[in-house]
Amino acid sequence: MNSNSGYNRLFDPMAETGQPLDFAQHGLGQRTVGNPFSEKAKMSVRNLNVYYDDKQAIHDVSLDINRNEVMAMIGPSGCGKSTFLRCLNRMNDTIDNCKVEGEVTLDEKNIYHRKQDVVPLRARVGIVFQKPNPFPKSIYENVAYGPKIHGLVSRRAQLDEIVEDSLRKASLWDEVKDRLFSPGTDLSGGQQQRLCIARTIAVSPEVILMDEPCSALDPIATARIEELMAELSQNFTIAIVTHSMQQAARVSTRTAYFHMGRLIEVNDTRRVFTNPEHELTEAYITGRFG
Amino acid sequence: MSKVSVKSSASKRLTTMDLVNRNLAKRKRAERRFRFYGIGAILFGFACLLILFSDIIGKGHGAFFQTQIQLQVRFNAQQLQITDPTSKTQLDNANYDAVIENALLRDNGALLDAELPALEKRQLLSLVSTGAVYSLKTVLKNAPETLNQTVSIWLTADDDVDNYVKSIGRDGQGFSGRLSLQQQKWVERWVENGQVRQTFNTTFFTEGDSREPEQAGIRSALMGSLYMLLVTIGLSFPIGISAAVYLEEYAPRNRLTDFIEVNINNLAAVPSIIFGLLGLAIFIGFFDMPRSIPLVGGLVLTLMTLPTIIISSRAAIKAVPSSIRDAAFGLGASKMQVVLHHVVPLAMPGMLTGAIIGFAQALGETAPLLMIGMVAFIVDVPADLLDPSSALPVQIFLWADSPERAFIERTSAAIMVLLAFLITMNGLAVWLRHRLGRGQ
Repeated sequence: MNSNSGYNRLFDPMAETGQPLDFAQHGLGQRTVGNPFSEKAKMSVRNLNVYYDDKQAIHDVSLDINRNEVMAMIGPSGCGKSTFLRCLNRMNDTIDNCKVEGEVTLDEKNIYHRKQDVVPLRARVGIVFQKPNPFPKSIYENVAYGPKIHGLVSRRAQLDEIVEDSLRKASLWDEVKDRLFSPGTDLSGGQQQRLCIARTIAVSPEVILMDEPCSALDPIATARIEELMAELSQNFTIAIVTHSMQQAARVSTRTAYFHMGRLIEVNDTRRVFTNPEHELTEAYITGRFG
Repeated sequence: MSKVSVKSSASKRLTTMDLVNRNLAKRKRAERRFRFYGIGAILFGFACLLILFSDIIGKGHGAFFQTQIQLQVRFNAQQLQITDPTSKTQLDNANYDAVIENALLRDNGALLDAELPALEKRQLLSLVSTGAVYSLKTVLKNAPETLNQTVSIWLTADDDVDNYVKSIGRDGQGFSGRLSLQQQKWVERWVENGQVRQTFNTTFFTEGDSREPEQAGIRSALMGSLYMLLVTIGLSFPIGISAAVYLEEYAPRNRLTDFIEVNINNLAAVPSIIFGLLGLAIFIGFFDMPRSIPLVGGLVLTLMTLPTIIISSRAAIKAVPSSIRDAAFGLGASKMQVVLHHVVPLAMPGMLTGAIIGFAQALGETAPLLMIGMVAFIVDVPADLLDPSSALPVQIFLWADSPERAFIERTSAAIMVLLAFLITMNGLAVWLRHRLGRGQ
């Protein structure tokens, strides 16, 4: 399919030699190209290494995520982008055999500090998952759950207000305002995902992580979520993992390209898609593999 | 590729569709056969159940009815040897037997005149239950003014009379009981005179065990079983669920937890009599608790039920999708909040199913109760957890062993009560599961 044997070997490292690929040969071991760092970072990641048992999933990644930007993370399957995303609010803590090294700061405070409690952290850094996963409770209960457990409200009226506000921000209010107390699981897939987004923003997080939020949705539902992301980015910092390069190009301000656990290139989205600096990025966005 | 295969099949004059169609008929036959096996299995099960139920109900329904004999009883103060019918001591010590004997003799005027031999007198007296004296006492106590008057009273018949009267309607099966021909004649006279009736056997539900079948009831066993079940539910459900939640959600995966898991699985397979021995050694032997009490029974059944509940609860917790846990963790819920708000409510229907199966097993368990002395002959209905009592399955075991014919139908009736208890419990489980399932 493509005559460049170098890419073939990257795609299937064991094919020719039977040995793991020497990344240094292909510039993988070197510094990330582009502009991974920034002056006004909301979250900064420094020298992050993640291991599942003995297998290393993330190799020495450093990256800054700016306030109120949409940072897209793209890359072929298994490149570690989801793992990286889950490190940003310590969701990987729930996986027994996962070990994280390095530093991740939120407003210049290390979230992996041993005194850091994950409960307030996750209230500040919310997450939306790949598959819509509303609780099997009413729509109202789904949105109200976060504010309730964090004790954000004292009166029912305040809670009602938060629920309505969150559902409005997730552009779901008009569709569900008449059936707030019917089960959230009865909604369509796209509505469920917007409900999950409403549930996340009900806690008023500062950062929203999205792990392929549209991969289980049809194109119309996807379009609605993408519109939503543009609106949300005015108030929130968003980091999104996506399989779809078109989606990354549409919604993000900056794009990070991951390859086999390494961060290859970070740049403004327009730059990445029109004029990639790294040969691997170029190969991926031109569809030569991925 | 496809071109070649079409060509080769065409040469045999068989297209792919022909081959598919030929196989289709075979496949359909196999499908039908397969479905038939399933229906056959269900029919077999139903047939067995039907036979079981019809046998038990056929034998046991009679126990719910008790024969009574109407007699004109004269409360003769002289015969009763009392003077004051309001005095409790006098009532307790009155000679009711003499009054009954007199009533029986006068009932049949011919007998009053003839001097009856002692044997026949005894036979006549034995037609009425020995418990009849208590009904006389009750009547006299409630209406002291009836002293020295004649009152018409329905008295409980002896179990042999009961058997005989019930056998009259049944043709083809001759009476094979213990009544002599003379006794049978007396009873037949009562039947002809309309002095015999069948009433609902309330004694069966209000009294404890007795040597006399017509006075025997399941109340003691029923209350014993109920108390034991309360102890078992109260202990094994919370303990079992806590253990399951800890093992699934908190415990690290290491040698120790593996060891615990293997042991729980082993315990579930230990014969129940071993748990009885354990209860005997620990609760009665070491802690010096009394024998035959529902508390010890309940503790033993708790030990027996725990593995079942833990295993089924763990399976139910495992079945909660991890996406729900992720969602709650992602919102910043603490571990306990995730467990209490999401995992346990979602797993509850499954946990309940397992627990109710465990409780139903415990309710029907006999062997361990034999070891801790609940097989004793208990007449009194237990008032609390520390009163000696029997249990339904043990009562069935005891009655099945008794020689009196009337105990055969009482055994079947007790089985019916036990089955009704079980069906109620299972119905409750289905209802709870449905309710909890809908609530989410």
